[in-house]
Amino acid sequence: MATEKTKSGGLFKGLGITLGILGHTIKDGANTVQYPHEKETPPIRARGVIGLHEENCTACMLCVRSCPDWCIYIEGHKQLAPPRRAGGKPRQVNHLDRFDIDYALCMYCGICVEVCPFDALFWSPEYEYSEPKIADLLHDKNKLGEWMETVPEAPELEAGAQKK
Amino acid sequence: MNLLATEIPYWGQSLLRVLGGLVAVLLPAGTIVYLFLFKMMSFMQSRLGPMEAGPYGSLQLVAEVGKWMQKEDLVPEEADHRIFKMAPLVVLLSTFLLVVVIPFGPDAWFTNFSVGIFYGLAVASVSVLGILIAGWASANKYSLLGGLRAAGQLIAYELPMVLATLGVVIQAGSMNLQEIVVTQNTGEIFGFGGLGNPFILTQFIGFLIFMIAVQAELTQAPFDMPIAESELVSGYMTEYSGFRFLIFFIAEFATAGVFALIASVLFLGGWGIPFEWFGWDSVDDVDNWMNLVGPLIMFTKMLLLTFIIMWVRFSYPRFREDQLQTFAWKFLIPVALANTAITAILKVAF
Repeated sequence: MATEKTKSGGLFKGLGITLGILGHTIKDGANTVQYPHEKETPPIRARGVIGLHEENCTACMLCVRSCPDWCIYIEGHKQLAPPRRAGGKPRQVNHLDRFDIDYALCMYCGICVEVCPFDALFWSPEYEYSEPKIADLLHDKNKLGEWMETVPEAPELEAGAQKK
Repeated sequence: MNLLATEIPYWGQSLLRVLGGLVAVLLPAGTIVYLFLFKMMSFMQSRLGPMEAGPYGSLQLVAEVGKWMQKEDLVPEEADHRIFKMAPLVVLLSTFLLVVVIPFGPDAWFTNFSVGIFYGLAVASVSVLGILIAGWASANKYSLLGGLRAAGQLIAYELPMVLATLGVVIQAGSMNLQEIVVTQNTGEIFGFGGLGNPFILTQFIGFLIFMIAVQAELTQAPFDMPIAESELVSGYMTEYSGFRFLIFFIAEFATAGVFALIASVLFLGGWGIPFEWFGWDSVDDVDNWMNLVGPLIMFTKMLLLTFIIMWVRFSYPRFREDQLQTFAWKFLIPVALANTAITAILKVAF
């Protein structure tokens, strides 16, 4: 009999909870926001989109090779740059011709950002770049460069952390 | 409707009845869907629900219906085409047949059946046929399982429903819904007639059993085993899309409204207000304005009862199939039988 009592007690408790939340929503509003009119700011480290800092990229292809989805396309060529010091030899550098990320394939794992040895790739919390056509999700290096403007300042290091 | 009989020819009356039936079925269905399914459920989950179509999303239902009407009328290749297309109509038909016996006022009724509630309970089970043939004709094992589960559940819960109704019928001494309403509103509690005697007071157990059985008849959670989406996709509705799904959808909520109307007739005093307030003695004395106020009272009671049905639906997880059958056969039916027996004994004794 005792278990029977607690069982039916639980039934009323359940009804009370749903009614309580109903009242709470009427009085204080919902926990959700009405998205297109009202936006939540994503956390500073949110993985929205990847921005490219083109000057840092050496077309080393590390990101391309580490990408599990093969969604990064890099093409480049070698060219001669003026010497560092007067009278020196001209330097040979890699010039970036193409840097595309296909966001239709990207799974936002962030391995490319991690693996980049020259700090050319950054996460941006920007997330509104859906397209009616799937082919338009291929962002070229100009577009990836534009995303760089939305990359937030790196947060302060925690106390005691070593800066590399 | 019969107060208009002298002025309006037969075809006009029929037209009025058809229109009245459409309003009586579709208006509650629309209200339930918007008010409870869209808004109350959302609020209980701390969200706002549809807000874009019309003020506070009030035109969302129109948008949904428009969407469904545009969709292709798909029939599975292996399905029994004619039966497959017929099934949702059979389910909706039982709702329309059911609303016919409900009185909305002293003269505002579609038919004044002497065995109204008997007819009502009989037609209500026609929907089982629709669901069963929907499950069978889909040629899909999930649909078939869902259809069989629905049939088993609906038959099991029809019994406690009938038995709970029996208590009311014994106490009122009539199967005519109009007379049940009148009995309640002319009734007295120990000589005090200011409240009438709504049967929810004397038949409270019957009311509880009736509402539980209604919940199961409507296959609303916690009795939604037939359309358990985690195991049966959507049960007998799996293969339906477009406007045929829409008909199932309308039938589900229209039936909820109609059953709530029947429950309010049986247990809450129906369209009436206690006759003593205005010094009426019988249904013939009732003033004409009750034909307008009556439907409003019925509508309010219907909203109250569907609120409870939906509240329970949004709060509880579903029963397992065996628990569901055990609950009906081993608990509800014995209690309902005992209730009927006690009512009968008391009726004879006093």
